[in-house]
Amino acid sequence: MLSRHPGPGRSRWAVLKRWELVLLAILVAICAANSYASPYFLDVHNLLDSTQSFSEKALIALSMSLLIIGRDIDLSVAAIVALCSVVMGWLATQGVGMPGLLTASVVVGTAAGMFNGGIVVGFKVPAIVVTIGTVSLFRGIPYIVLGDGAYTDYPDDFAVLGQGYLFDLIPYAFVAFVVLAAVFAVVVHKTTIGRKLYAYGTNPEAARYSGINVDAYRFWMFAVNGCMAGLAAAFLTSRVGATRPNMAFGWDLEVVAIVVLGGVGIAGGTGTMTGVILAIFVMGMMTFGLGLINVPGILMTIVVGILLITAVALPIALRKISAWRARASH
Amino acid sequence: MPSLLRRRETALAGIVAVLVTAIAVRAPVFLSRGSLDTLVTDGAILAIMALAQLLALVTRGIDLSVAANMALTGMITALLSQAFPEMSIALTLALALGIGLVLGAINAGLIALLEMPPIVVTLGTMSIYRGLVFAISGGAWVNAHQLGPAFVAFPNERLLGLTHIVWIAAIVIVIEYVFFHHLRRGRELYALGGNAAAAQYVGIDAARVKLVVYLGTGALAGLSGYLWVARYAVAYTETALGFEMQTIAACVIGGVSIAGGRGTVAGCLLGTTFLVVIFNALPIIDVSPFWQMAISGASILVAVIVNSRGERRRGKRILAPAVSGAPRGGAPC
Repeated sequence: MLSRHPGPGRSRWAVLKRWELVLLAILVAICAANSYASPYFLDVHNLLDSTQSFSEKALIALSMSLLIIGRDIDLSVAAIVALCSVVMGWLATQGVGMPGLLTASVVVGTAAGMFNGGIVVGFKVPAIVVTIGTVSLFRGIPYIVLGDGAYTDYPDDFAVLGQGYLFDLIPYAFVAFVVLAAVFAVVVHKTTIGRKLYAYGTNPEAARYSGINVDAYRFWMFAVNGCMAGLAAAFLTSRVGATRPNMAFGWDLEVVAIVVLGGVGIAGGTGTMTGVILAIFVMGMMTFGLGLINVPGILMTIVVGILLITAVALPIALRKISAWRARASH
Repeated sequence: MPSLLRRRETALAGIVAVLVTAIAVRAPVFLSRGSLDTLVTDGAILAIMALAQLLALVTRGIDLSVAANMALTGMITALLSQAFPEMSIALTLALALGIGLVLGAINAGLIALLEMPPIVVTLGTMSIYRGLVFAISGGAWVNAHQLGPAFVAFPNERLLGLTHIVWIAAIVIVIEYVFFHHLRRGRELYALGGNAAAAQYVGIDAARVKLVVYLGTGALAGLSGYLWVARYAVAYTETALGFEMQTIAACVIGGVSIAGGRGTVAGCLLGTTFLVVIFNALPIIDVSPFWQMAISGASILVAVIVNSRGERRRGKRILAPAVSGAPRGGAPC
């Protein structure tokens, strides 16, 4: 019953409920196609390893959902990843170990998120404009520091984060994702924080009049999002063992695509964590499957784009058709 | 409001002038004929695309697919030029506009007819078009020697001392200026972006306006795609990667409001000039080009914050007479 959330009416609720079933069906179809295409797909080790390619993005998708439900957006997440990574790279050259690097990444990410949130809330500027600006600012800093170079000297213990396995089986990034996905789902759907989020996402004015400190909530949602980007940066940097200024390029839009595919409306106030989590697996399994049959990653973007548009167009088209039918029958 | 806008633009023009002077003092070569010529030619494509983005932003929309459209149209025209090296320039230009228009029509249909949010639609088509560039080229580059000689030469050829790219940009500027400031169809964009409900009440057909807007951004992106590929004499999957952000940046710096209803052709061009001056000046004043990104990011933020303060001051002025008894010659109530 995680999909309990306020909506304008029962019909909207039903559409979204149906959307999660659609996602589930797509996921099953993809897995079936994958196991048909490759005998290696249904291997437990293979499957768990495949999570490495999307766990980092998935972490950011969790917090991005909150921002979009609350009518905000953060297009600078990929740039925050690069910024955090460059800070870790520099600290590593100063002899800082794994715990210090992880902490630094999370702190820098959170600070970057607060910077976004501070400007959005403090100056009352749309989030999309602010984060288009900070995209260049945050990614500009790694370029200034590194130019076309890279940090590659990370301490040995740092590799555990992105390359190690819990019980020799589950990648740590996936463990972090599963735990945090549960936390986000509970907070969004079972606490007053979640209720208030949907309230101001649906109608910020009304939420303000009913005593919700909307600006404070929005600010902290940006901070949480930055924090998740910092965490993702630590896993990614550890996994690839290097920091380059162009790392994670394009992730921001991929993450937004996942969230929207998961049924979160860009106009705010709608969507569920269940949908987002399903969308994460749909994207992850599809990328993995296409990889198995040697389809280049860039062609994947075509499929992502079509899925994204279909996900939003389908309910609208269905609503239009039913409205048209209702008018015709009267 | 027009006076406020004019003041903003005068202020921005002042900033650009100070910037140019400061750079010229440090490195006089910046004002040399050759340097200015490069500056104007480099700025021309950004100007065309910033003006395209202006169409979308004024109506409270956005087109994130423009750069991918440029890359795809550029690649298609490049492949055609490779297959038919003797293809005439008129046909090339028509093809570029036509392909761009078709790609724009997909956005336009989804946004205007299905009433989908522009940001979602263009985010999706951006991925699709970028993927298609790879699909049709197989990931290969089309280099200068594979392109028809006229195809590559045309944008850089000169008429009265200026490159063709600059002349094309000038034509686009004139058309958009007339459209925005002298045609009812153009004024409707402001009406729709400023207050969609009110626009509907006065009988503006939102769907038709949006169709025009996204067909326009598509056609201009297609045109720019050809110009880009020909100017840099190469077409590849990453052509103009991230350029959509620069077009938005130029608009925002020029005082265009992302919330719709505000923005002028002049402001847009000043924003473009600001960015191009900074980008071209960095190597001349011995600053690593790697600073480019951070500086443009910081400029956008400053511009955005200044914009927001301008809007707030306007709000305060309305309240002032009621509170303090209109000390400064306010209208007697």
